[in-house]
Order: sequence, then structure tokens, then C-alpha cells
Amino acid sequence: MDIPWVELIVALLKCVFSLAFVMQVVPILIWAERKVSAYIQDRTGPNRAHIGGIRAAGLVHTLVDVVKLIVKEDIIPSHVEKRYWFAAPVVAMSVALTTFTVVPWGDALTLPASVTALWGGEGPLSVPLQVAQINGGMLFILAIGSLGVYGVMLAGWASNNKFSLLGGLRASAQMVSYELAMGLAVVTMFMLYGTARLDEIAAQQAGPIWNWGVFGVLDNPGLDPLVLVGWIVGGLAFLLFWTSVFAETNRMPFDLPEGEAELVAGYHIEYSSLRFALFFMAEYAHMVVGSAVTATLFFGGYNIPFLDGQAIRENTDIILAVLGFGGVPASIVFAVIAWRRRNRPFYKALPADDIRHREPRFWLAVWSLSALAALGLGVVGLSGLVGGTALGPELVAFALQTGSLFLKVLFGTFFMIWIRWTIPRFRYDQLMDLGWRTMLPVAIGTVMLAGVWVIVREAVQAA
Amino acid sequence: MTVPALRHERTFVERLYLPEIVKGLYITLRHALKNLFEQDLPTIEYPDVRKPMPERYKGAHRLTTRPDGKVKCVACMCCAQVCPAKCITIQAGEDPNDPIEKYPVEFQIDMLRCIYCGYCVEACPKDAIRMDTGIYEINAFTRQDMVHNKAYMTDLMDGHKPLAETFYRQQAGSAPKGYDTDEQRVLPVDGSRGL
Repeated sequence: MDIPWVELIVALLKCVFSLAFVMQVVPILIWAERKVSAYIQDRTGPNRAHIGGIRAAGLVHTLVDVVKLIVKEDIIPSHVEKRYWFAAPVVAMSVALTTFTVVPWGDALTLPASVTALWGGEGPLSVPLQVAQINGGMLFILAIGSLGVYGVMLAGWASNNKFSLLGGLRASAQMVSYELAMGLAVVTMFMLYGTARLDEIAAQQAGPIWNWGVFGVLDNPGLDPLVLVGWIVGGLAFLLFWTSVFAETNRMPFDLPEGEAELVAGYHIEYSSLRFALFFMAEYAHMVVGSAVTATLFFGGYNIPFLDGQAIRENTDIILAVLGFGGVPASIVFAVIAWRRRNRPFYKALPADDIRHREPRFWLAVWSLSALAALGLGVVGLSGLVGGTALGPELVAFALQTGSLFLKVLFGTFFMIWIRWTIPRFRYDQLMDLGWRTMLPVAIGTVMLAGVWVIVREAVQAA
Repeated sequence: MTVPALRHERTFVERLYLPEIVKGLYITLRHALKNLFEQDLPTIEYPDVRKPMPERYKGAHRLTTRPDGKVKCVACMCCAQVCPAKCITIQAGEDPNDPIEKYPVEFQIDMLRCIYCGYCVEACPKDAIRMDTGIYEINAFTRQDMVHNKAYMTDLMDGHKPLAETFYRQQAGSAPKGYDTDEQRVLPVDGSRGL
């Protein structure tokens, strides 16, 4: 039997990459949650743990947290339903990670014949940058995303604890209420895009910024006032979807399942050590995936505005030069800021032999190296060595588009954190009220308006 | 009597909910950005940075000295008498070179009992005891280390005074009589020391 080794290895690499994409954001998010909440509330946030005197604005605390959660005692209460209790955190985590498989993080990476020849391949190989290319990609997300609540429900039920059970109940009721609005928002976008494949959805949003989903997916807007209808449809669908994402990820205005004021910790009250860490990471992974899906549906996915994949490949050298020579002054500014921080009262108050005096020097060195690297990148761009090769532009396009999605995800998750520390929690009846009596009618109206827009859009584009 | 709750009649814009969220987001973002760029937070990073204490702050006691280095205290017992917590123990003695005034052979304050009322300072006719050191970290693992004696209270050490337990163990002969240098830093739970 002929085993397609190359395809297997490529698929495996893509799995590892998408896993790493989600998992590397999680520690950043935990740090950001602490630091952003601190700054919003006029506190300093984490700033004491350090490695060799480098505190990195509290990033070290995240590392310390991981060590703590691994080393802590794993308590298994005697009254839990063991089988389901063990399964719950695994379900929560794996579901959160599975959802990311259909999100594209770049258009196809074409390996030239010179590379494929290494393993005896014939001709160039085009690798789509998406783990699973499913025809109903968005439906897959809806299906798997709602499975996430099973982890919460299992935990709530298996813990044999009133608080946990209430948390699980609330999670499932909330899921039922908000899934509808989310589904209708997605239906709206299906109508606008005409496809459920996420790679096609992302590809349709390439080019100028008004191709993005929030603007109603329109190729050439012109000055027709009817364009506003598209903006309203896209904007409403985005609002509905984004609110539902908050409910789906159990984030702040809707985090009733773990409302600590009345439920202590909700569904994960009986969990400790790494099992708790799994729930914790699953919440943040959900945030990442929710942001990634929102970016793909509404904000161009991996696309950089006004710079589609073709343009990146044709102008690789110019882009590299601009990035490099733009990065030099930016790095220098950061280096200057880092070096000036040694004059802060904090460092003046430290004893002379304190190890943390290294910090300004360390960051000066880091940013100087960064400036040198940027300079090198600019020189490479000027020399025009990369653009001429077959592989170079492909890799640059891959890096830029993945970076673009990464930035959008970071902004989305930052927005979630920002909302969390701004809005108080809903009461349970208010939550149900908002879901059934406000969002559902608005969602139905949006779908109808979208039908109108799809017809009007053709007229606008024809004009 | 029932008092009707004051209810704010919400306007249409407020009932739309989203504009209010945007207002809230603006406020929190303003705080976050201001704190990010100015780094001017009211937090004092305590063990590293310390707030200067006000001049009249009542901290740990000290015994003032005369120009020749002897303590001003004449063991008149005014402070011990006025102390509402009965935490001052003075052992008076006579100096053969000074037939007029007594002096304290030992002067101990049990900081576990002291309530920092400052009466001792007010009662003193010789301005011999003051609470102006600004020291507020008065802590120890054993009860005996919570007793400040004459040697500890006289020596100011230029504002870098260590905790009493360090002082008593490092400065030979400074510890109070009967001080047990072998005592464990943490008390046994069975109370075997007859506490």
C-alpha cells in the first residue's frame, strides 16, 4: 500500500502549528488579564517574581503559576462521580482546541519544485494553511463550540456539589439562549458570503478594508448611499456574534456559571492542581478561538487590509525593507524608554547590590539587538535577494498573514479583557431577557435585512 | 415607615445599553492608558520603597542620651506608672559618680503589650523617652524578642536598626538578662514553654 507520507507529515505539522498558535497566546492572556485589570483599576499588577533580576513586567508570574499548578496536590474528593469528573476538564480543553482546526491562518503556502524534490515530489506543492478544509467549516465551529458546554455540565454534575450543579445548569441554559442569536448571525454571514467554508470566506475579504465582513462584503462600494445597508447588516451581525461569543466563552458580563459571589467558583469548585489548570486554560483557549473566528468572519481573517496575498508575493522586497527600516526607529525608541527607566524612584530606593538593577541594561540590550535585527531585515529587503527566489515570497506571505491574524486575535482578546473589567455581571433574569427578548428578534431582523442587502448589493455592484 | 427607592427613569439612549457600555469602556481605557504611559501609580512598592513617616508618627520607642552618652532617664518611674498597658519595667540603680540622680540599670518595654498611646513620652520630666524613630516593623518569632531593652532603645544605628532578635544576637552583651539565644524561632504548638 502506498502511504502518502508527505501529506501525513504536512498535516501533522499543521496540527502542531495550530496547537502552538492557541497555546502560546494563553500565557500571554493570563498575564494581560492581570496587567490590564491592574492598570484599569490604578494598581501596579504583578511585578515581583523575577528570573535573575528580570521581572518582564510580571510575565514571570505566569511561569511561576504553571509550576505551582503542576506541583500542587491533586485532590480527588471522595464524593465525585469519578469517571465523568475525570473526563470534564479534558472535554473542556480538547473542544476548545478542536475548534481552531478550521480557522485558516494564511492562504496556500506553495512549496516550489526545488523543495519538493527533496523527498522526490513532482512539481510544486500547494499547502493550504488550515488544518481541516471542511465544506461546512462554520457549521463545524457551531457544532464543536457548543460542545464546550459539555465540559462545564459534566464538571457541574459529576462534582456532586450544589454550587457546581448550579454553575453547570446556568452554563447550559445560557448556551441554549445565546446559541440561537449566534447561529442567526452566522446565517447572515453565510448569505453575504455565499459559502460556509472558512478559507473561502477569508479569501473573499482580501484586498481593501471595505471587503471585510463588517462592511457587508462588497467589492466596489463607490458612493452609493445604499452601502449603508451593508454596513448595518454587517455591524449588527458582528454585534450579535461578538456578544454571543462572550456568552459562549463564559466571559465577564455573562460569567454566571462561575459567579463567585453566589456560587463560590461554580462548576470547577472541586478541581485542583492541573485539572483546574485545564479548565482555566480552556477558558482562555476559548477566548482565542472565539476571537479568531470573529476575525475570520468579520475582520478579514488573515488578510492585511489593502495588501492581498498576491501583492505580498510581488512586493516582498519592498515590504521587507519597509518593515526593517520602520523597525529600527521603533526599537530605538523602546531602547531609550527602557534605559530611562533606570531613573525611576523604584530603582533609586533599591540597595546597590539588588539584582533587579540589571533590568534597564537587559532591556537596553534586547531592544538594541532588535534594532540590529530590523536593520538586517531592511538590508535584506534592499538587496532584493528574497523576492527573486521561489520560496522566499511564500514564507514572507505566510509570516505576514499569520502575524496579521495573530494581531487581530490579540486585539479581540484584549477587548474581552477590557469588557470584563468594565461591565458588571448580568443578573440571571437579565441575561435570559437579553438573550430571548432582545438579541433573538434583532437577529431575525438582521437575517431579513441581509436578504434585502444581498439583492441590493448586486444592483450596487452592477452600477 | 417605608421609604420608596429612588429610581432613575432611564432614557431611550440608556435603554439601548450599547452607548453606556462605550462610555464605560472609554473610562476604563483612559485609566489603563494613563497608567501605562505615565507609570505614576499611587502604589508604594513597600519592601523596596518606603513611605517617609510623618514627624509625629508614634513608632518604636527610643531612649535619649546626654552629651556624655549616658541615658537621660533618671528612673523616676513616671512612665511606668502612667502606662495603661503596664508594659514598662525599670530597674533603678545608683551611680557612685553621681550622688544626686538615679539611673536605669535596665529599662524594658514589652512591645507585645504596648498600645502606642504615648503617655510615657508625655509623662517623662526629662525628655528621656521618645517615640520619634518612625520604626513600625516591630515583629519577632519569639516573645523574648518582642521585649525592647535599654541597649536596643538607646542605639539608633543611623536609621538602619535591625529587628530586636537580630540586634540581641549580634551585639554581644546587649540582650536582656535571661535571654535564651537557643530558643527556636517558632514556638512549639503544645505550649510547653508555660505560656
